[in-house]
Amino acid sequence: MVERTPILNILTDLILLSGLILLLGPIYLVFVASTQTLQEVSAIPARLLPSSHFFENLSTVWQQSDFQTKFLNSLIVAVGVTLGKITIAGITAFAIVFFDSRARMPVFWLIFITLMLPLEVRIVPTYAVAANALSPFQTMLDGLGITALVRGLTGIEIALDWSLLNSHVGLILPVIATATGTFLYRQFFLTIPDEMVEAARMDGAGPLRFLWDILVPLSTTNMAALATIMFVSGWNQYLWPLLIITDPAYSVVALELRTLIPDGSTTGGGIPYWNLAMAGALIVMVPPVLVVIAMQRWFVRGLLNTEK
Amino acid sequence: MRVSLLYAVGTAALGMGLALVLALFADRQLAGYRLYRVGMIWPYAVAAPAIGLAFRYVFNPSAGIMSYLNAVLPGLWDPVMTGWQSLLMIIIAGAWKNISYNFIFFLAALQSIPRGLVEAAALDGAGVTRRMRDIQLPLMAPTFFFVLVINIADSFTDSFGIVDTMTVGGPARATNLLVYRIYSDGFQGQNYSSAAAQSVILMALVIALTVLQFRFVERKIHYT
Repeated sequence: MVERTPILNILTDLILLSGLILLLGPIYLVFVASTQTLQEVSAIPARLLPSSHFFENLSTVWQQSDFQTKFLNSLIVAVGVTLGKITIAGITAFAIVFFDSRARMPVFWLIFITLMLPLEVRIVPTYAVAANALSPFQTMLDGLGITALVRGLTGIEIALDWSLLNSHVGLILPVIATATGTFLYRQFFLTIPDEMVEAARMDGAGPLRFLWDILVPLSTTNMAALATIMFVSGWNQYLWPLLIITDPAYSVVALELRTLIPDGSTTGGGIPYWNLAMAGALIVMVPPVLVVIAMQRWFVRGLLNTEK
Repeated sequence: MRVSLLYAVGTAALGMGLALVLALFADRQLAGYRLYRVGMIWPYAVAAPAIGLAFRYVFNPSAGIMSYLNAVLPGLWDPVMTGWQSLLMIIIAGAWKNISYNFIFFLAALQSIPRGLVEAAALDGAGVTRRMRDIQLPLMAPTFFFVLVINIADSFTDSFGIVDTMTVGGPARATNLLVYRIYSDGFQGQNYSSAAAQSVILMALVIALTVLQFRFVERKIHYT
């Protein structure tokens, strides 16, 4: 809009700039701390200009906390979660929208209910299941009397046991179902005109062909948006790995932050290695931030689409 | 429980207020708009524990910028000892985390307002701030409500990383949010039944919020 509002324009820039400073400021301080030596970072009052030990600190913390393994684990988990969520949400929405089945509405509501149950809410039962992923089946067999029957007939005790603790599968599987993703796809699939479905059918395309050749290409924007959001959430998982991972070989980077907290800077405990802690924090932050900045356009457009 | 509510209200108010102002002004699309937008969006991607650790440093009474304050007035700022300061600290961290999410939604809402409406008001002589107050803000109400619900639900469940890296629930349980208590009672204290009972409370809260939101979304969507 063409208007002459010089004072307001300056004000606008000032407000936006202070917003940027508010958001970037803490990260700048983190960066500054990560470039300093222990003496510099412990100086009172703190120094606000970067020093020259950035890469030194990075490599120290990288080796000290074995970030290489954890970085790889985080990457495996984040990519696994992303791919799994995109696929599962896509085919679920496909089934819900395009197939006339009696189970359609009940399934839709079942999925909707899980929206109300984020992992934090169902953490106790999820942990119990993850400790032995086959325990629901065991209960079922016990309840139906099959365990007793088999024991009586053959003398073999059925004891199903498949622990997901300390494994990549355990980090990926329990979080892979996503109601949000399913809804995103559903909203989009609902906008596809019936004529298109009929045209595809008339041309002899079966459901799978329709999914692969029409729906998938049409929903690439959705997928990109969903992938960005899910990659970030997969990488940033914290509570779940904290519970099920005890073996450092399967640990993820976010978890490592916990061990980096320089304890006792005020209580008189150990030496506060803030410089190393901040370097570690940067290592954890950077990959998802890069993804979001790179995918910015799709990511925002995807969110816009969910709003409509 | 009281702490959880304080945290929820605090982060929602702070995060949404700031995001709203930023979105309103960013939507004027002056020079540098794209740069500002990227600058506002990226914090979405930062992990909660990383934010926690970063803010723990920033607000550290002897190492971060707060050391300046404490050099002048020793003992004024000490979140490790003072409950309300510790709570304030996690509220600021939580709000910081939410700003970009809120900003994205507010900006989207602003841009979906028909341009003709804003232009008509401009022709009628309404200035920029007047248009913000009388046209853009009222039309954003549905999004505002949506974001509010999401923020509160998020503060109940997603605050774990921040609390765990910043305060560990202390001092004297001043920052012992519900989700952190479930973890500390159940998995550190081995009291599964207590943790399960608290999960039910948390679940009830989240379900109530979701139902509220869904009823409202149902009302809002008109495809035809």
